[in-house]
Amino acid sequence: MPEVHLGAVDYAILSLYFLFVLGIGWVLRPYIKTGNDFFLSGRSLPAWITGLAFLSANLGAQEVIGMGASGAKYGMMTAHFYWGAVPAMVFVGVFMMPFYYGTRVRSVPEYLKLRFDEKTRGFNAISFAVMTVFSSGISMYALAKLLGIMLGWNFNLSILISALIVLVYISMGGLTSAIYNEVLQFFLIVAGFLPLVFLGLRDAGGWSGIQSRLASVALSSGYRSDAWTRTWGIMGEASRNPMGVEWFGMAFGLVFVLGFGYWCTDFLVVQRAMAAHSMSAARRTPLIAAVPKMLFPFLVILPGMIAIALTHQAGTTGFALPAKDGSYDYDMAVPMMLGHYLPSGVLGLGLTALMASFMSGMAGNVTAFNTVWTYDIYQSYIRPGRTDGHYLAMGHVATVGGIALSVAAAYVTANFNNIMDMLQLVFAFVNAPLFAVFLLGMFWKRTTGHGAFFGLLCGTGAAALHHGLTVPAGAGTLLKGGWLRGVVHVYPSEMAQNFWTAICAWVACFVITVLLSLLTDRGKSDDELRGLVYSLTPRVKDSGSGPFTRPAVLGAAVLASGAALYIAFW
Amino acid sequence: MQLDIRIPIGLLFSVIGLLLVVYGAVSGSPLYERSLGININLWWGGVLVLFGAVMLLLARKSLRGLPGLPRRDR
Repeated sequence: MPEVHLGAVDYAILSLYFLFVLGIGWVLRPYIKTGNDFFLSGRSLPAWITGLAFLSANLGAQEVIGMGASGAKYGMMTAHFYWGAVPAMVFVGVFMMPFYYGTRVRSVPEYLKLRFDEKTRGFNAISFAVMTVFSSGISMYALAKLLGIMLGWNFNLSILISALIVLVYISMGGLTSAIYNEVLQFFLIVAGFLPLVFLGLRDAGGWSGIQSRLASVALSSGYRSDAWTRTWGIMGEASRNPMGVEWFGMAFGLVFVLGFGYWCTDFLVVQRAMAAHSMSAARRTPLIAAVPKMLFPFLVILPGMIAIALTHQAGTTGFALPAKDGSYDYDMAVPMMLGHYLPSGVLGLGLTALMASFMSGMAGNVTAFNTVWTYDIYQSYIRPGRTDGHYLAMGHVATVGGIALSVAAAYVTANFNNIMDMLQLVFAFVNAPLFAVFLLGMFWKRTTGHGAFFGLLCGTGAAALHHGLTVPAGAGTLLKGGWLRGVVHVYPSEMAQNFWTAICAWVACFVITVLLSLLTDRGKSDDELRGLVYSLTPRVKDSGSGPFTRPAVLGAAVLASGAALYIAFW
Repeated sequence: MQLDIRIPIGLLFSVIGLLLVVYGAVSGSPLYERSLGININLWWGGVLVLFGAVMLLLARKSLRGLPGLPRRDR
C-alpha cells in the first residue's frame, strides 16, 4: 500500500497519548505497595472499569486488524466472533465468577490447584505462561510490521520503543496501570474508528448501498447475493457461505467450545474481573463488557466490508486492496481505509487507537504473565514461603523478564514465516479442552485431579491427531494439517477445520475426564471442595440497588440483546 | 480508588478535541477531499471536547459525593 504521510498534528496526538500513558503510571506509582496492589489492583476497581478492561484486554490490534480482514473476506459472518461470545460472557459472570472471586484465588491456575491438584495447576500455569509471552511477542511484531508498511518506521526501533513504554507503565502502576490503559484504549478505538465508519458508510450509500455492492461481490464469488450480509441464514451448508462452515460447526465449535473456553478460563480476561471491588462488581464485569462487545462489529468489521465493496468497483472508487498470493491482502483493509478516508488530524487519532490497542494487548499479556509466573510457578515450585515484599520484587523482575521474552518472541516470529500460524494452532490445542475440565470441575463434585489432568492431555492429543488426519481444501503446507499418513477428511476451509479440531479436543477431554474420575479416588472431601463446586457452595445472593446492578437480570438483558442482533442480521 | 480514571480520560480527550477543532478551523478545504468534503476534524474535535468535559464533570461530581476521599490536584 502507499505510505501514509503524517502531519505535525498527527504526531502531536500520538505524543499526547504516550504522555498520558506514562503519566497514569507515574500517578499510580505511590499506591503500589503490596503484591495485592501490583498483581490484583488491590481488588478495588468499580465494575464499569473492569468491564471495559475485560473487553479491551481481548481487543488487541491483531484483533482489530484481523476482524477488519475477516469482514472483507467473510462479511457479516465475522460477527459470530462477537455476538457468539455473548452466551459465554453471561455464563462466566453469572455462574463462574462466584468461584473465581469467592475463593479469593489470585489466578486461574490457582483455582485448579484448589479444585484438583498440583499437576493440573502446573500444566495450566506453564502452558499459559508460554502462550502469553508469545501472544505479546506476536502483538509487538504485528505492530512493528504495520508501522513499517504504513509509515516507513524502522522495525527495530518500533519494537524497542513499544517494549520500553509498556515496561515503564506496568512497572510503575502494575495491573491498575494496565487496566486503566485498557479503558483509555477502549475510548480511543471508539473515537478513532467512528469517523471512519461514518465516512465509509456515507460514501458507500448507507447500509443498503453496502448490501447492494456486497451482493455483486457475493454473486461473483458464486454465493447467494446476501452471503456477505447475513449470519445464520447462509449456514445451512458449508458450501453456501464464504467461511465454509455449517451451522453445527459454528454453534458447537466456535460459540460453545472456543468461545466458552476463552472467556471462561483464560486468565488474561478473568484477571480483570478479579480486580473488581466486590463480588457483585466481579460478576457484572463480563456482563458490562458484553454490551460494547455486541456493538463492536459495526466499528471493526464494517470497515473491512466496506473495503471489499469498494475494491470490487475499483474503477469508479479508486480504492483497491493490494493483491497477495492470488487473492487480496485482507490484513491491509483497515489500515488502508484509515489512510483513504481520514485527513491529517483524525488520521492521527485513528493511528493512536491502533497503537493503543497494540500496546494494551501487550500489557495485558505481560500482567497476566507476571502474576502466573510469580504466584503459580515461582511461589509454588521455586521459592515458597517468602514475604510479600519478596514476591512483589519478583513481580517486577518478571515484568522485565516477560517483556524481554516477548521481544525475543517478536524476532522469532519475524524470522520464521509460519510461526504465527503454528502458535495459534498450538494455543487452540491447549485451550479448547480446558473448558471441559472447568465445566466438570465446577458442576460435578466427583471429578478428580487425575481425571482432569489426563483429560487435558488427551484433549490436546485428540486435537493434534484430528489436525494431522484432516486438511482444509487447497492446503499447501503441512502446517495446515494432514501431516499424519492418510488424510481421512478434507474440510471446505481452514476455519471449518479449526472449529472441528476444537470440538474433537473438547469431546475427548470431557469423555476421558468423566471416565477417569469414575475410576480414581476423589482425593478431596466435600469440606475441601466447599466454595469450589456448585452443589457445595451457598448461592450468592443477587443483591443490588437497581434491577440492572443484579447480575442475573443484567445477564438476561444482555442475552436478549445479543439474540435481537442475530435476528436482525439472520 | 487511587486515581479516578475519568480525570486522565477527560483531560486527554479535551486536549485532543481542542487540537482537532483548532486544526480543523485553520486547515484548508483540499485536505477534506478524502473525507467527502466534510471538515471532519472540526466536527469530531467538537464531539471529543464535549465527551472529555462530561468525563471531567462526572469525576468532579463523584469527588464531591465522597467527602471521605482525599482531594487530588490532578
